[in-house]
Amino acid sequence: MQAFTTLTGVAAPLPLANVDTDKIIPARFLKTIKRSGLGVHLFDTLRYDADGKERADFVLNTEPYRHAEILIAHENFGCGSSREHAPWALLDFGIRCVIAPDFADIFHTNCFKNGILPVALPREICDLLIEDAKMGGNARVTVDLAREVVVRPNGEEIPFKIDPFRKHLMLNGLDDIGQTLQHAPAIDTFEGREKSEKPWMPEITSV
Amino acid sequence: MPDTKPRTMFDKVWDAHVVEQLPDGTCVLYIDRHLVHEVTSPQAFEGLRMAGRKVRRPEGTIAVVDHNIPTNIDRTKPITEEESRIQCETLEANVAAFGVPYIPVTDIRQGIVHVIGPEQGLSLPGFTIVCGDSHTSTHGAMGALAFGIGTSEVEHVLATQTLLQKPAKNMLVRVDGTPGPGVTAKDIVLAIIGKIGTAGGTGHVIEFAGEAIRGLDMAGRLTVCNRSIEAGARAGMIAPDDTTFAYIKGRPYAPKGEAFDQAVAYWRGLAADEGAQYDKIVVLDAAEIAPQVTWGTNPEAVLPITGVVPNPADEADEGKRAQLQRMVEYMGLTPGQKLTDLKVDVVFIGSCTNSRIEDMRAAAAVAKGRKVAAGVQALVVPGSGLVKKQAEDEGLDVIFRDAGFEWRDAGCSMCLGMNPDKLTTGQRSASTSNRNFEGRQGPGGRTHLCSPAMAAAAAVTGHLADVREIV
Ligand code: SF4
Repeated sequence: MQAFTTLTGVAAPLPLANVDTDKIIPARFLKTIKRSGLGVHLFDTLRYDADGKERADFVLNTEPYRHAEILIAHENFGCGSSREHAPWALLDFGIRCVIAPDFADIFHTNCFKNGILPVALPREICDLLIEDAKMGGNARVTVDLAREVVVRPNGEEIPFKIDPFRKHLMLNGLDDIGQTLQHAPAIDTFEGREKSEKPWMPEITSV
Repeated sequence: MPDTKPRTMFDKVWDAHVVEQLPDGTCVLYIDRHLVHEVTSPQAFEGLRMAGRKVRRPEGTIAVVDHNIPTNIDRTKPITEEESRIQCETLEANVAAFGVPYIPVTDIRQGIVHVIGPEQGLSLPGFTIVCGDSHTSTHGAMGALAFGIGTSEVEHVLATQTLLQKPAKNMLVRVDGTPGPGVTAKDIVLAIIGKIGTAGGTGHVIEFAGEAIRGLDMAGRLTVCNRSIEAGARAGMIAPDDTTFAYIKGRPYAPKGEAFDQAVAYWRGLAADEGAQYDKIVVLDAAEIAPQVTWGTNPEAVLPITGVVPNPADEADEGKRAQLQRMVEYMGLTPGQKLTDLKVDVVFIGSCTNSRIEDMRAAAAVAKGRKVAAGVQALVVPGSGLVKKQAEDEGLDVIFRDAGFEWRDAGCSMCLGMNPDKLTTGQRSASTSNRNFEGRQGPGGRTHLCSPAMAAAAAVTGHLADVREIV
């Protein structure tokens, strides 16, 4: 996973609540067996018309937001399915940070696993940032993970909170499987204890 | 750690699976059962391969194809749609390479992963159960802690049989009283989501309790827990009781004989302790719930079937008003229009929410002796090969076929637009599935969620209909 330290870039305003994972990427694009290449389908139904042509009024189809690295939205971002294709599509498009009042649980976790930083800030602040973002290419927003601040184009710093463990993994680009495998002896012990304490526990030995 | 504080069911299952707690409170949580399907696993197996890792515990893992598989073809032949075929073949290759137990598509036990887990006795009380699918919450009906995970976490569980997690908050949803005639588990859970909203459960595990929940059979409980995720919850759970144990007894992968009795003794201790504390409590009265139907494009946009399309202009909050306006437009509705006046083009009875034998029976009871209205396509898609067989043994397929319904093979079908069963732009459906998001059942499709009986009522009348006026 790519480390996330500080990001300064174009922020795209998406003032919508309940942006669900079918909106982020519809199910028909989940047939891939790869992680890459999903960016063109990001927000497919909002972004393209029935003939597959770009809708001129969708923010990511306009300059400078085609190059957005930060997305600012409203409540309950990422609700719906567990598809990691949603963060993969965001990442492939170039988005490394989503700022919203709150996120759906699974999407929130999936972001961290892919080096996308989900930043939760109160609705009023998101609205301020959305106004900043509407100023276009001159208005670059900075997200500093180490210091846990978002810096507005006017220099004002807005603090946010991130779980310390996830922050550590993100800052260092660490693979969390590798982290967990350091606990392999404890997992062995746990399995041994389960076997003796719950002898009734069935296993799938054949299908 | 001896804990004398009264605990919720979630607390108990959680505590029993903590392998280790890290200094910041993150836990290495042991996973008993890992269910794998073709859509969210290819990149996970690929990750294992690249890192030279094995599947730690194949005997706790089982795989099946469900999302891509067409429901109206000869299943001994390959899928014609290339990408779907590749995804299914990739799963077959991966399970073979990594030694993961697999139910092939030609096996009568094949079906939607959330139907076959309980059906095969793979999902048991007190278990931690995960799958790369948000509706894994379904299995919580067994008294398990079951939740959906992303593909990176699928890989994590394959490699370590654990997840890194922090405990959720506890929420109690109590449904008192008894529901009136025509009101099913689906109506109860739709009403719950209407009340608490699609983010009402975020960060929480919901325990469903109360007389109306205890009165449900296992199929109904599975339907309720299935939709916990639609309220934003991490999982939903129902305390295991004699209904649960009777359901489990004799299932292929359930403990047998003396082991079963030992298991039941353990399972009885899982219910919440007297005085257990919840962070949030919501109470509903089942007697006040009418058959429900969604009108908009998220699951909280739900109303009693007796209702009318809301008027966005009545909404004070600007953002919400814009959202309601968008819903009304997308769904092709007029404010004030009676829901029962909405004509349907397609009826879909199926999905992990409502494709068990009890659902088939409920729909058949309405279909019996009636005809699907002219111009309506109606699909019945059993949740597993075994549900299909049972229904055929009971003659339900004949009832459906005589009425003009299509009788399909098991799979996710029209629940999501990634196999040949799809809505086309502008088509309106009454569906027993779980999501009514824009485009969920196919680009431009308009979905109204409801119970199997209500869906069957829509099929035979040609419009959304109050099942209580039909039977
Ligand atoms: S039936 Fe629908 S919700 Fe259930 S697993 Fe299949 S696609 Fe997902």
